[in-house]
Amino acid sequence: MDRLISSVLVVLAVPAVLVGYVLTIEAFAGRLPRSVGDRIRPWLWLLPAFAFVLVFLIYPMIATILRSLYGSAEGKFVGAENYVHFFTSSQTLAALGNNILWLVFLTGLTVGIGLIVAVLVDRVRYESVVKTVIFLPMAISFVAAGVIWRFMYELNPSVGTLNAVVVALGGQPVPWLINAPLNTFMLIVVGVWMQAGFAMVILSAGLKGISTELLEAARVDGANERQVFRSIMLPLLMPTIAVITTTIVIIALKTFDIVYTMTNGNFDTEVIANRMYKELFNYGQPGQASATAVILLVAVVPVMLFNIRRFQQQEAIR
Amino acid sequence: MTQVQAPVLVGTDLRAGARRGPRRRRGDLLVHVALIVLMVVWAVPAVALLVSSFRPTQQLTSSGWWTAIFPPYEFTFSNYEHVLGQAGLGNAFLNSLVITIPATIIVISVAAFASYAFAWMSFPGRQILFVVIVGLLVVPLQVTLIPVLRLFRDATFFGQSLTGTFLAVWLAHTGYGLPFAVYLLRNYFGGLPREVFESAAIDGASPGTAFFRLALPMSVPAIASLVIFQFLWVWNDLLVALVYLGPRPQNHPVSVTLANLTTSQGGDWNFLTAAAFISMALPIVVFLALQRYFVRGITGGAVKG
Amino acid sequence: MDSSRRPLVALFATVAIVAAACSSGSSPSASESAGTSAAPGSSESGSAAPGGSAGGSAAASFGHIGGTVTVVGSWTGSEQDSFMAMVKPFEDATGVQVQYTGSRDLAAQLTTGVQSGNLPDVAGLPGPGLMKQWYAQGALKPLDFVDLNAYKSVTPPGYADLGVASDGKLIGIFVKSAVKSVVYFAKANWRGGDPKTWQDLQSAAKSAATGSTKTWCIGLESGAASGWPATDWIEDIVLHQFGPDVYDKWVAGQQKWTSPEIKQAWQAFGQVVNDAYGGPNYILTTNFGSGANPMFKSPPGCLLTHAGSFITDFFQKQAGAKPTDYDFFPFPAINPQYAGAVEGAGDLFGMFNATPQAKALIQWLLTPDAQAIWVKRGGALSGNKDVPVSDYPDAASQKAAQMLRDAKVFRFDGSDQMPNAMNDAFFKATLDFVKDQSKLDSILSNLDSVQSSAYGG
Repeated sequence: MDRLISSVLVVLAVPAVLVGYVLTIEAFAGRLPRSVGDRIRPWLWLLPAFAFVLVFLIYPMIATILRSLYGSAEGKFVGAENYVHFFTSSQTLAALGNNILWLVFLTGLTVGIGLIVAVLVDRVRYESVVKTVIFLPMAISFVAAGVIWRFMYELNPSVGTLNAVVVALGGQPVPWLINAPLNTFMLIVVGVWMQAGFAMVILSAGLKGISTELLEAARVDGANERQVFRSIMLPLLMPTIAVITTTIVIIALKTFDIVYTMTNGNFDTEVIANRMYKELFNYGQPGQASATAVILLVAVVPVMLFNIRRFQQQEAIR
Repeated sequence: MTQVQAPVLVGTDLRAGARRGPRRRRGDLLVHVALIVLMVVWAVPAVALLVSSFRPTQQLTSSGWWTAIFPPYEFTFSNYEHVLGQAGLGNAFLNSLVITIPATIIVISVAAFASYAFAWMSFPGRQILFVVIVGLLVVPLQVTLIPVLRLFRDATFFGQSLTGTFLAVWLAHTGYGLPFAVYLLRNYFGGLPREVFESAAIDGASPGTAFFRLALPMSVPAIASLVIFQFLWVWNDLLVALVYLGPRPQNHPVSVTLANLTTSQGGDWNFLTAAAFISMALPIVVFLALQRYFVRGITGGAVKG
Repeated sequence: MDSSRRPLVALFATVAIVAAACSSGSSPSASESAGTSAAPGSSESGSAAPGGSAGGSAAASFGHIGGTVTVVGSWTGSEQDSFMAMVKPFEDATGVQVQYTGSRDLAAQLTTGVQSGNLPDVAGLPGPGLMKQWYAQGALKPLDFVDLNAYKSVTPPGYADLGVASDGKLIGIFVKSAVKSVVYFAKANWRGGDPKTWQDLQSAAKSAATGSTKTWCIGLESGAASGWPATDWIEDIVLHQFGPDVYDKWVAGQQKWTSPEIKQAWQAFGQVVNDAYGGPNYILTTNFGSGANPMFKSPPGCLLTHAGSFITDFFQKQAGAKPTDYDFFPFPAINPQYAGAVEGAGDLFGMFNATPQAKALIQWLLTPDAQAIWVKRGGALSGNKDVPVSDYPDAASQKAAQMLRDAKVFRFDGSDQMPNAMNDAFFKATLDFVKDQSKLDSILSNLDSVQSSAYGG
């Protein structure tokens, strides 16, 4: 009961605190001379977010970067040895290769399917049904998803759905999760199944922001649906597509749970995050794990550069 | 966002006060076929899970789920009975709510402030700071656990160590959820028409007023989608709850309790099929409840009203 | 809008939420501090508790202690039920509340806990390697209050030593055990009796097999731990063909994987796989628990299964077999010199917080009374000789219990004793080997390179 009361308190108090915070800083900034107020104001608005990010992400990240220069025991400086290990171990390099597969196919398929669904459901009456079905897998935990897909991929065609279909079509049962690189693709399918709803929801929210009048005007002017999509929807959706693509790229780089619950990296399905997890929690090699994490961080730099350019363009035209 | 959209949005939607419902066009046959095929493909694993959750263990491993939808029917509630009969599941549900709801609210509020500043205020280093925050999306959660836990151990609040408290979990989920939330919201705020904010400023509205009266109502679809995802991520999270809440079962949320129904070697997972549906129920309700906000024209209507 | 009043409201709300958050989180620790404050009075009764594990000590002899003890283990499902049944008399007698969590990710939870101090009082340990590392870091506390000599005297030779650190202190105890050097068969289908040598086994299998029946039933899938049944196979072959000395050197990282002995063991396992039901893809995708299902079919798909004594639980649940349907014989000697060697495994428990409740619980778990509770529920063997064989629920488990206490040479599961990186690579390698046996040489040389780095740090 204690817990219930406190949670109700929190649910009421948290918005009050946060709204109160903004009103307070606005009152504060409003009393200052305009030039000073305008200079201080953004920082006050950013302060809560920075506080959280500093404690939960930036500080651990710096700790990780430093840790990557030390060996398995704390305080034993090894320089770049952990990085050398990463780039010379066949296991981590194989994981890197799999991550590239994930990057390309998870991103392409998830964004593609999400976009198709978001655009097509806009034109049918049963929109909410379709969306709910596509969204459903997002609500399933990874452990449960692992169980259900093991059923799908089961070798025995009288239990495994996919092999039942293969056998019904006259084929031989396929060991989906055993032969590389087929198994990585089958894991990516699970990822797409779980993430497409995510892309769809975000893209759909973006799509709903496009005014009906604009689309109707184009249609009245004689544009066909493909032209409406290519010339109006797609350009207007581009920022949203960029957001979702960036996010999925990062999800692909960090892919962990599906591999962890379904194969645990067996049969050459290992990915970087999985490797890092084992080094950190099973092998007692926090130095190597930290170096692996730093490499993940570095891998995202090109994506971030792309985002900087995009924002500069956006600033320029609005 | 672009020169094309802004005038139309403001000129038509706002000034004319148009608040028409979306006009559905009859999709051609191909659209229906494509959507139905996709729906079937997406639904099969979920339906398999649902059907399996009502089947006895012995059959589950000896015949396919599709055989169960034809007579003779041999459905059982025993999987659900076992899961629901677990001591403490009700308590776990309560814990899940206590963890998820504040964690969702805090993330979205904090992210909204920051995103608004990033989108509509000018200050030195704006782009770089924003990209740094988004870049933090890539930080693997696992490497943050130990440094943050050490902080929690040393940090005291009113003489209380934060280790193992719900406060610690709320704060942690907020930190982890912020990069994506800021990214999504800044992008959406940035796409809102500049004219709206300029005319508001001319009318003497402070940034605070513009934020609460204009930016927030116009961003309902983005905020609704954010609520859904943050809710889901926290609801289904296993690692953060397990590691930050520590070993006391009375603090554990549903995700931890249910994951513990199965053995680590992969046995007893028939209970998971039932457990999965129990734990899915609430997120689906949240999704359905928020789906009505994904309606075209809501931005225009909200701004006017 | 009177904005000057707002900050006050906001400030008040901040205090309210923080107070609420702390009070919600603090309730468990409040009960803990209540527990520890009750400790001084109870420590007398704690020290009055039996020092060793020998002798039939009833739970009542602990006296009232009160408070709570948090326990994390890898057991979930029915194993968790058995553990809770095991501590029930302890809770009743001492008033100590045992708060158990079964964690699917024990290593992650305990590793972060060791680094941050957020640890359970008592925990199952993922393996001897991490156990010793955590003790060296000061996280795991020595079990000084247990009479090590008494513990040794009631358990098989070498058994208690597996929980002893390099400085001679006891840091881990076995709550339950299993023997792994056993071969199960369905009574209806096996006519070969108890073959004493590998040769006998082969010829008996040949005569018993009819049509497409294979000799061995194998399933290697086991979630994150897939491959372990194969590692047990290879370990048993090494132990029974080359003896405990080679086995020990190999486990300690002093015997190369590419050495003729180890390579020969892998090749022998390869032959077993070739004579196993279903072929490589079936073996790799079949859960270890259902691997023996074809053994109980008529006609049988396969005749024998090599598995730890806990497998009988799966015979009953997965294959629907009754305890009277199956039996086992000890793994036959490949080299007669090493007949009677037994490989076993067990669940180690250690203590992270030396509270009176935790100490009492450790002592209770060591008693034959406590261990008999799980034994009676099935699926576990006790290493303690004072647990009567008659407590075991069926003939097969009685025989297994007898085998554990009569062992001439007892060796703990080798892969579990290897450093975790080595252990993990071993598991994976067996899967790759079963998939494609022609790659043995590259698999073994890869294991050698893991061996050269894994034992160092």
